Amino acid sequence: MKRPGVLSVYRWELIKLRYQKRTYLGLGASLIVPIIFVVAIHFRHDRRGGDFAFASYLTRSGLAVPLVIMLFGAVWMFPLITALVAGDIFASEDHNGTLKTILTRSLERGQIFAGKALAAATYAVAAILLGGTVAVIAGSIQSGFNSLQTLSGTVVSAPKGLELVYVGLLVYLIPIGTVVCIGLLLSTITRNSAAAVVGTLMVSLLFQLIGILPGLTGLQPYLLSTQFNAWQGLLRTPIDWSPIIRAAWVCAMYGVPAMAAAFLVFLRRDVAGG
Amino acid sequence: MSVPRRGSDTDAPPPVEVRGLVKRYGELTAVDGVDLTVRAGDVYGYLGPNGAGKTTSLRMMLGLIRPTSGSVRLFGRDPQQSVKALDDVAGFVEAPAFYAYLTARRNLELLAAYDGDEARSRVDHALATVELTGRARDRVGGYSHGMKQRLGIAAALLREPKLMILDEPATGLDPAGMRDMRQLIRGLAEQGITVVLSSHLLAEVEELCNRVAIVREGRIVYEGMISELKRGAGTTYRLATTDDERALAVCRAQRGINDLRVQHQRICFTASGEAAVAELSQALVEAGALIHTLAPETVTLEDLFFSLTEGRDGDRMASEDPDSVEVAR
Ligand SMILES: Nc1ncnc2c1ncn2[C@@H]1O[C@H](COP(=O)(O)OP(=O)(O)OP(=O)(O)O)[C@@H](O)[C@H]1O
Ligand SMILES: [Mg+2]
Repeated sequence: MKRPGVLSVYRWELIKLRYQKRTYLGLGASLIVPIIFVVAIHFRHDRRGGDFAFASYLTRSGLAVPLVIMLFGAVWMFPLITALVAGDIFASEDHNGTLKTILTRSLERGQIFAGKALAAATYAVAAILLGGTVAVIAGSIQSGFNSLQTLSGTVVSAPKGLELVYVGLLVYLIPIGTVVCIGLLLSTITRNSAAAVVGTLMVSLLFQLIGILPGLTGLQPYLLSTQFNAWQGLLRTPIDWSPIIRAAWVCAMYGVPAMAAAFLVFLRRDVAGG
Repeated sequence: MSVPRRGSDTDAPPPVEVRGLVKRYGELTAVDGVDLTVRAGDVYGYLGPNGAGKTTSLRMMLGLIRPTSGSVRLFGRDPQQSVKALDDVAGFVEAPAFYAYLTARRNLELLAAYDGDEARSRVDHALATVELTGRARDRVGGYSHGMKQRLGIAAALLREPKLMILDEPATGLDPAGMRDMRQLIRGLAEQGITVVLSSHLLAEVEELCNRVAIVREGRIVYEGMISELKRGAGTTYRLATTDDERALAVCRAQRGINDLRVQHQRICFTASGEAAVAELSQALVEAGALIHTLAPETVTLEDLFFSLTEGRDGDRMASEDPDSVEVAR
């Protein structure tokens, strides 16, 4: 007998995402926000001619748009978009009673968990890359595909800038991955989609709150929220890899235990009700 | 050296072997030391009232919840260890659940992918068996309860199981749906599939099952054949005549008529056999009490429980029913 595996689950989880509204809610937000943003700068620029901090930066090169989106998106937008699926992926099955349906087929619980976790991560990657790409395109239409000024004041060519933007998006995926793990954990333990989505967002906001508390600034390098800025190291000349390396282990420190806990809970739990 | 044999070998592990199964939820013991063995080819009824612990037992059999203690073996394999124990097993507990936003066909395709093997090639046939082919392209969200119940059976059929575990499959179905479901289960049995079927309807179990376990409050109070159990319970008859006073006197005098009492203004008794009933009817006519009803009462699950507990603690039958008046001889 040919046994099904993680890939079967992964494939079908993606198909299921394709048929669910919330998927489009998240991807839609990723798509629309950069466009709204670019339209907003367009009109602001027309009226007043660059009175806010980023305005001149943004109007000099469209490649600055994805960077600003990443900066502001870290506050709640991208964590929320990520949580929308990660927080739901187990809880909704619980709620609808379908967990018992899929757990009585030929797949071990561990395989189902892995397939679902991969699907939630895939969706998050898709949302971030979509948002970044739309920002690059919309920004380039508005401000041109021009050379980009780095945070050290040097200027890189447009192709080099594009490369930095995409490497930056990949670095951005590190803390996003941790948000996925937290979402999965809350999804398995709360068994309630709304609670898990909101909870994940709250955790993300809580980190930001700790970051601004006086007396706790020493913790800042080790907070999840800080890791959302690690990509800025890429915009130094020479490139500063230290925040990126720190992001990798700090995010693992939060993400791995969360994922492991989710896995163990899912493996051992009673599937009753529904 | 023994030659490996196939089929209903006596030394092959039975489809279901449950030993000392217990499930506690805090103070509440939902399943309290259940032992049962289902043999290959059985249609096994798991009969009990609401809250008896039927679903909880079936959940443990399917590996969905962990027993507090005790063990389950399906064809000798432990569903707590690995889902491989479910290789020849299919079924559902409570109402079968599907993805509402997918069509019935897509739901089955998903489950077939989760079954591996050739399950996908069986989707069409499974849909046809439960007569859902025409609605297969509709989303399950718009399905009626009965349609979902049938889809649940189709989903189970994809696995080509040797053992089907069904939790009250006819619940909520209309009379025609119930009949279809029974026919379907009978068909499965004819194909040699072992069936475990929970129910709170005695008639359903009686019609389909060759063996039953009766559970109450998590415990098995009877295991065996229904016919034997009913014989033990004795057949109760109800009698109504043109002159009940006289009829009562006739009954009292008649041989083979026992447990005489008046219940809801009707004369009730148990008879030692059909001959005794025939003799009684003749005696009644001769005495001038003309019969308008003389019918055996359908035995209910409640009656069986009474008869099961009666043997243990005296005359509960009389004391528990305020409408019942014992008639002294
Ligand atoms: N997850 C749970 N948490 C707490 N108690 C539970 C849980 N599941 C079942 N029970 C309790 O266990 C007992 C048995 O429930 P179960 O669902 O097994 O009964 P049942 O025989 O299937 O009843 P029904 O005919 O109504 O389906 C009930 O008292 C129920 O309240
Ligand atoms: Mg039940």
